[in-house]
Amino acid sequence: MTGDHQTLALLLFSGFVAVTLGITTWVSRRRRGSAEEFYTGGRLFSPMENGFAITGDYISAASFLGVTGLIALYGYDGLLYVVGFLVAWLVVLFLVAELVRNCGRFTLADVVAARMSERPVRIAAGTSSVVVSVLYLVAQMVGAGSLVALLLGRTSGAAQAWTVIGVGALMVIYVSLGGMRATTWIQIVKAVLLLGGTIALTVLLLLRFHGDVDQLLVTAARRSGHGDAFLAPGLKYGGSWTARLDFISLGLALVLGTAGLPHILSRFYTVPTARAARRSAVWAIGLIGGFYLLTIVLGFGAAAVVGPGALRASNAAGNTAMPLLALDLGGGAGSTGGTVLFAVVAAVAFATILAVVAGITLASSASVAHDLYACLRRSRGGQKGGVRGEVAAARIAAVGIGVVAIALGLLARDLNVAYLVGVAFAVAASANLPVLMYSLFWRGFTTRGAVWAVYGGLVPALGLVLLSPVVSGCRGSLFPGVDFQYFPLQNPGIVSIPLGFLAGWLGTVTSDETPDEAKYAETEVRSLTGAGAA
Amino acid sequence: MQSSDDRARGAGDGPERSAENRRDHGAPSREVRHEDPWYDPSALGWDEPYGAGSLAPTVPPARGEPDAAAARAREVYVEVQRSAAFQEVRGRYRRFVVPGVAVFLSWYVAYVIAATTAPGLMARPVVGAVNVAMLAGLGQFLTTFLLTWAYTRHARLRRDRAALELRWDTQELTRETRGGAR
Repeated sequence: MTGDHQTLALLLFSGFVAVTLGITTWVSRRRRGSAEEFYTGGRLFSPMENGFAITGDYISAASFLGVTGLIALYGYDGLLYVVGFLVAWLVVLFLVAELVRNCGRFTLADVVAARMSERPVRIAAGTSSVVVSVLYLVAQMVGAGSLVALLLGRTSGAAQAWTVIGVGALMVIYVSLGGMRATTWIQIVKAVLLLGGTIALTVLLLLRFHGDVDQLLVTAARRSGHGDAFLAPGLKYGGSWTARLDFISLGLALVLGTAGLPHILSRFYTVPTARAARRSAVWAIGLIGGFYLLTIVLGFGAAAVVGPGALRASNAAGNTAMPLLALDLGGGAGSTGGTVLFAVVAAVAFATILAVVAGITLASSASVAHDLYACLRRSRGGQKGGVRGEVAAARIAAVGIGVVAIALGLLARDLNVAYLVGVAFAVAASANLPVLMYSLFWRGFTTRGAVWAVYGGLVPALGLVLLSPVVSGCRGSLFPGVDFQYFPLQNPGIVSIPLGFLAGWLGTVTSDETPDEAKYAETEVRSLTGAGAA
Repeated sequence: MQSSDDRARGAGDGPERSAENRRDHGAPSREVRHEDPWYDPSALGWDEPYGAGSLAPTVPPARGEPDAAAARAREVYVEVQRSAAFQEVRGRYRRFVVPGVAVFLSWYVAYVIAATTAPGLMARPVVGAVNVAMLAGLGQFLTTFLLTWAYTRHARLRRDRAALELRWDTQELTRETRGGAR
């Protein structure tokens, strides 16, 4: 990769940063400083805008670069990932989008706390939301650091560290100054760039193969060296039974986790009604599904055009498949077209990370300020500060979360990005989904059940990760020297998700609290009709 | 806090534009009578809480005040929940969503389990380079899009209008019981 690519990529990326900073200042110029404005952008986005923003929020660099690389190297097994990411949206559309929009105001905890004794539930749900967000954030920061190494050829540790710090600083500026409105526009711009780039590459790829997808697949299988096995499952996850079980666990986490991701839930508060929330989910499903279909074609295309040898030589995990394919499709190294396409892909990848990171930071600062800080302040007595105090707290929380994420991102630099994303999804599915489902649909759910459901999913999920081979006990672990590995799987989902549901049920049946019929009636009526929705 | 500014397009959302936020006690309430005999509040006994005019406080209760007005507002939700109209909306939602979720979740889990435990079956060729696994993967995309379409269609045709009417009625009733009807 020559200096030309890097200069152009840096120029394009600087352009994106300049535009988004412009959006942020333009948006914050007119702000009124209300909580509604900061957390939800005034709830005035249209379904289409929100659909694009959800797409920008959801598709991280892990799917843009990671999944194409997985498909290019392991063929069909990469496709399994993509299916999980997409089917998860049916859970969101059917069970979550409208009901959460109707019941809550800013966060997941709003929905649960409305029915229960507010303080313990809010603290539990707020804590788990922050944990999920920070995990997801660290994954993105680690991704950003390694992207620089991959795309700009700066492999030194210092360059990676400065990238992580730079990305963290930018996201804090976006979020604390611009709030939801700036974040949303950044995500929309990113989604348009991402989709545009992907479509352009796919068109070029199909032109190369004269529109013959079958020929593309055959070429990919032949060049991969695996033959027909490349087009069938088993190359990556087909080994031992532990590996297979691990993948089933990951699949469950992916499909159930999306509905518990705080930054996805908070996007539904940015539209005026439940109907608009539903329509934005539909837009998102269309855009995300279309994007993933193109990703599959591009992944097999990278195997067919670039070949696994060159891919592995550039990055062992295949993360550079997309930019290398762009370079080849543009005319090869040294050509103008190749340089431009490569730079575009690199810049889009950076934009992707920035937009996702801003969305997560905003959601977690909302959890800190609206759930945790508001509860603790209230317990000390005193309503001083009011809503303005809460927004100020959210801005400060964004800075704090930025600092924590930068620090953890630097520490976890060597962990696999896709693995970290999988864990974040598993924790979301174990800690957030059970409590959300029970609150919306179970008449007899009680405060103790809610608290148990959150901690009963959160603690096992995190505990099993600590006891997994990722942390200790084998080569490639975080601490290879010690051995406290007692849990064989990398992804805890298959155990911790049922535990979350079980704990919620157990907490409910053992508590002597009588469930409040009237409050459940209120939740049910509001969730399905939108009466009294914020 | 803002009033709920409904930008939903389509029929039936006219009255909602003036609907006040339930929590928005300070804002002046616009009196818009809802005159649908089918939802007549007195016929359902919903007017009891404010039957005696003396009960209505002159000042809207502050947020978080656990007073009698708030208690009556809670009763409104129970009444609405028990009403036939709401039961119908809820029934329609559940009758679609429960089988829907069961179908796509089991289809997805079956797909993942087949891909991990029966790669031989999945590798069986169908046409050209396309095998069972490819078809199953594309099938997941297809069913996702189809179910999305079916869900929105069902919601639009079977739920939206009734839900909107219920929302309007409920908000009217809560506002009245909270003394907002000045």
